[in-house]
Amino acid sequence: MLEAAIFQGLSWNPLTDLHELVSYPFMVNALEAGTIVAVMAGVTGWFMALRQQTFAGHTLSIIAFPGAAAASLAGLPLAVGYFGFCGVGALALAGIAGTRQSLSAESAAIGSLQALALALGFLFVTLYHGVLNGLDSLLFGTFLGVTSRQVAVLLAVAVAALTLVVLAARPLIFASVDPDVASAAGVPARQLGFGFLLVLGLSVAETSQITGALLVFALLVTPAATAHRLTARPGLGIALSVALALAVTWLGLALAYFSIYPVGFYVTSLSFALYLFVRVANTVAGHRRTTMRLATEPA
Amino acid sequence: MNRQDPTAVRFEHAAVRLGGRTIWHDVSFNVTEGEFVAILGPNGAGKSTLIKAILGLLPLAAGTATVLGRPAGAGNAGIGYLPQRRSFDSGTRIRGIDLVQLGLDGTRWGVPIPGPNRKRSSARVAETIELVGATEYARHPIGELSGGEQQRLLIAQALVRRPKLLLLDEPLDSLDLPNQAAVAALVRRICHEEEVAVLLVAHDINPILGYLDRVIYLAGGGALEGPPEQVIRSETLSRLYGAPIEVLRASDGRLVVVGQPEAPFVHGDRHA
Repeated sequence: MLEAAIFQGLSWNPLTDLHELVSYPFMVNALEAGTIVAVMAGVTGWFMALRQQTFAGHTLSIIAFPGAAAASLAGLPLAVGYFGFCGVGALALAGIAGTRQSLSAESAAIGSLQALALALGFLFVTLYHGVLNGLDSLLFGTFLGVTSRQVAVLLAVAVAALTLVVLAARPLIFASVDPDVASAAGVPARQLGFGFLLVLGLSVAETSQITGALLVFALLVTPAATAHRLTARPGLGIALSVALALAVTWLGLALAYFSIYPVGFYVTSLSFALYLFVRVANTVAGHRRTTMRLATEPA
Repeated sequence: MNRQDPTAVRFEHAAVRLGGRTIWHDVSFNVTEGEFVAILGPNGAGKSTLIKAILGLLPLAAGTATVLGRPAGAGNAGIGYLPQRRSFDSGTRIRGIDLVQLGLDGTRWGVPIPGPNRKRSSARVAETIELVGATEYARHPIGELSGGEQQRLLIAQALVRRPKLLLLDEPLDSLDLPNQAAVAALVRRICHEEEVAVLLVAHDINPILGYLDRVIYLAGGGALEGPPEQVIRSETLSRLYGAPIEVLRASDGRLVVVGQPEAPFVHGDRHA
């Protein structure tokens, strides 16, 4: 049967399967790393969507690729490359945003940076002849070989970054939706925007280590965008964004363990399916509301 | 804060320069608490610039600006501010009530903790939304509301901290005529009931003429202030513009200013 070929080793008994999942240390590491990354991406992604900075986030994820490639070329741990390049990339993006150009000039500058990052990544991969095996996991992610040390680094960075976000939550939301009024009220909107890009850079660097550079959006954007569609309440929205990111990560990891397909594919497809479902449901509900409004409104 | 001086804003011989160009100079006026004053003038005359100077977001090149008893500077908690804007686009996924709440505690660090303080602040938000008549739709995402509904919630946001001074930059711009009159009536009621000084930038004086106490008219790099019937007259405005201006009064009481030259730097400069 087809299922049997795809899902090897699945007993179809949830308890047995769950037990098997957590009985291997590499799988426990992967689940821990995935959980940390999902929480971080869920929170920062919600703010990114609110600030309409998805393009900047996308560029940071592209920058993660040359970071990882440069690290393998230099014989350093991949995490050094991810954090280093995404951090520098965030500074560059903050510099571009700081010049206060028009929005189109800003996206053109960000786009150029993105192309440069891809080209650099390709160069590093070419220089490092033996990496071709690892290329697809740099781009599309892997859950194999996550070490306990890597998990500890992910946790430390996530705790530090999320503490900052929680402390600055209200002024950051204020400055994101209403920059003029926030500045007039004394919120340091520019500095907050700068700080947020750095946190976003860290978040992308973390997420890349599970989903790969190209599929960061599966955890960073799709759960957040779905949460924004479901509710306009800030607290609930952030909680939902995290919950959705956790759900697709756990499910994606489990499916990838038992099947022959890669984890990036599952996480991305699951979050896309969720987003699509919510969008369609929203459209149907919205259509019904409009019809009702039209019917009850006086002519 | 209990001050004897009821003066909310005092400008003395103030001037602002932007990019090497003097926007206006020698501008002097007083606004007292509980007074509803409109800032009028052609495009590019520096109406929004005046608001930003009061907020302390732009430095003065000359003269002094005193706001609520101290020199103008950013972060004055006694000021409620509504900037000029079109509207929130439908992608802004935040509720009206959240926006008003941010006006109250959006500058605070950390997350709100449930308790008596939180209850009090929620009650204040609800009360302010009730005051502007927006309770019915305050829980909808702001981007899905009409221009008039958004404007009421934004006025609530500016009012929620009980400011002594309310600065409204073209709040009527995107509204239809009945809504313009309704918002003007609301602003006047708040102004008198809550003893707030209101400075409102307007493009067209007619929808608000009946509600105003005084006007500040900016044109030709200078300003005039006084009751509308004294300022908006052919000879006064001609002197201000330095060009012949005719003010006509229609049979329904509406004022029409004829022959006003637009300032030379209009293009793309509506926010100046």
